[in-house]
Amino acid sequence: MSILVDQDSRILVQGITGKEGLFHAQQMLTFGTKVVAGVTPGKGGEWVLDGKVPVFDSVRMGVEVTGADTSVIFVPAKHAMDAILEAEAAGISVIICITEGIPIHDMMRVRSYLDNSQTRLIGPNSPGVLSPKQAKAGIIPGNIAIQGNIGVVSRSGTLTYEIVYALKHLGLGISTCVGIGGDPVIGTSFTDILEIFEADPFTEKVIMIGEIGGTEEEVAAEFIASQMTKPVYAYIAGETAPGDKRMGHAGAIIEYGIGSASTKTESLHDAGVIIAHHPEEIPQMIMKSLGLVGSDIDQ
Amino acid sequence: MKLHEYQSKQIFSRNGIPIPQGRLASTPIEAKQVAEELGLPVVLKAQVLVGGRGKAGGISLVKTPDEAEEEASKILGNKIKGLPIRNLLVEKAINIRQEIYFGITNDRLAGKPIMIASGEGGVDIEKIACTRPDKIIKVHINPLLGLRDFQVRGIATEINLQRENWRKFLQIGKGLWQVFCDIDATLAEINPLVVTNEGHLFAIDGKITIDDNALFRQRDLIDMRDLSAESPEEIKARKFDLSYIRLSGNIGCLVNGAGLAMATMDNIKICGGEPANFLDIGGGASSEKVSAALKIILSDPNIKTVLINIFGGITRCDEVARGILTALGNNNRNVPMVIRLVGTNAEEGKKLLLDGNQITANTLFEAAQLAVQTAKGVKA
Repeated sequence: MSILVDQDSRILVQGITGKEGLFHAQQMLTFGTKVVAGVTPGKGGEWVLDGKVPVFDSVRMGVEVTGADTSVIFVPAKHAMDAILEAEAAGISVIICITEGIPIHDMMRVRSYLDNSQTRLIGPNSPGVLSPKQAKAGIIPGNIAIQGNIGVVSRSGTLTYEIVYALKHLGLGISTCVGIGGDPVIGTSFTDILEIFEADPFTEKVIMIGEIGGTEEEVAAEFIASQMTKPVYAYIAGETAPGDKRMGHAGAIIEYGIGSASTKTESLHDAGVIIAHHPEEIPQMIMKSLGLVGSDIDQ
Repeated sequence: MKLHEYQSKQIFSRNGIPIPQGRLASTPIEAKQVAEELGLPVVLKAQVLVGGRGKAGGISLVKTPDEAEEEASKILGNKIKGLPIRNLLVEKAINIRQEIYFGITNDRLAGKPIMIASGEGGVDIEKIACTRPDKIIKVHINPLLGLRDFQVRGIATEINLQRENWRKFLQIGKGLWQVFCDIDATLAEINPLVVTNEGHLFAIDGKITIDDNALFRQRDLIDMRDLSAESPEEIKARKFDLSYIRLSGNIGCLVNGAGLAMATMDNIKICGGEPANFLDIGGGASSEKVSAALKIILSDPNIKTVLINIFGGITRCDEVARGILTALGNNNRNVPMVIRLVGTNAEEGKKLLLDGNQITANTLFEAAQLAVQTAKGVKA
């Protein structure tokens, strides 16, 4: 089963008439997810995707007419703050923001505003949420995972696909895969998702995929040590990255000696987390823990 | 995007933060002239975008015009951590009673701006942060309410600033917050903020970093970017919206996604090799972008092999394959490639590359092993 979204989720896509919004709305529909509405200001009244999805001028109208409860945002970075606030104002309960490159000052304002709101924001710069046979809200390819009992939470996009795909090759399935987003300021943290996985009866193990930069993994380690009963596996990307270089816009920067791969793996290891040194090692470790041999990923 | 000290100070000054009198000089003669105009003694400060320039001989206190010329010629034309020094900031020397650290940055975890201050500012502030964290005062700012006066007064009390300086300190704090917000800074820092024997406050050194994602609305600042701090390849990469960082190894990496790119580098190291670069082509890259990326990688003379690792989601593997073929068609260097395409349109991509003599791999680990063997000249 799943967390955050499921087969009853009613998805609204903000920016549905843009190239990416349209393409991924189609992918979500193909997966079987209920994409019930799209929003592009100025294009209300149109229908897209072979007349299957109505477009509205505002999120409020989309929610009123279709009962949408989850929004997936594809609007350009300069309008993304507005899009998030609009979704919140319309009463959307889960906002998944795919947009990357949103100014950090915008996100700090959004975060401070959402502190007093019931709405959950995933992202920005998130690949979305995927739960096999349940729902696909975002851009994670639907065919790379099978249903199972492993929860996956990650700051990265393609690196997550890599691990989920390697799990599938060994016949290991996932409950839900959540991309929390690679930006410095995001709506939902590792710890938030770990807490939900710990409470989810359909998740038995959790995989956490971090990167250098920030201290979120260290905070998550404290939570794991004190609150989690389910086994956690982790891989932190950037073990070999040079300390003084910024690796892309994913927020991978080491600040004042904290947030390096070694400080993260150490604190996670001390919290009882099983650490992998490269991504494809995780499925192998899980196979071993199940008493199965998984030496050849290609089999 | 980082600003130079002199640029940061111009912005500080416009926002009511007092700075010492000074001007920029790019030749020893000019430095001498500025020194005479300002009145001696003056401080010569190398304008270079790395830390630790004082310890590297980039700062000099001079007492005569001739000394200014002589010292300026020593510093100019020198390099600090590999970066050329093109300009000196010549500033009137100021007596120092107390050095304060005063800055604002973003706290990722809290998702809020955080004002940081210490009564023991200066060059060793990072050491103090580690050894005596109680000497560092941190105050979160609600970005919806802005910095409040009482917060700055609270900081002034904590760092034992004399009462007669509170009003000036408040003005500087508000100015710093104004700077931080107005130019979309991720760091606005005064270190040190100096209290003189006469009881004046001056920002003696300053650093500003601007959020690259906000440059679309900070057009006035784009011209302030100093390209001399970046390699030609990095500048070229930015034109194509690619994240590229050259490293010292011999295995080129072309990957989609920053996390996966770092994981690919980790795999290369585990297999005993050294990556030549970090390169993230981003999501949904066109064949033109991929081709440009590969050309940038191949322009590195150290390259022995290139590992291309693409997990297609938004990115289509056939589009990547087309980009690879274009780049190879225009390149005479016969560099072997290890290619791994998975995900969206992977089969189409592989078909396009079928005729070449590239090595293909199924898993990331296998790809890294093959790349390391190839770079070492071991027949795969």
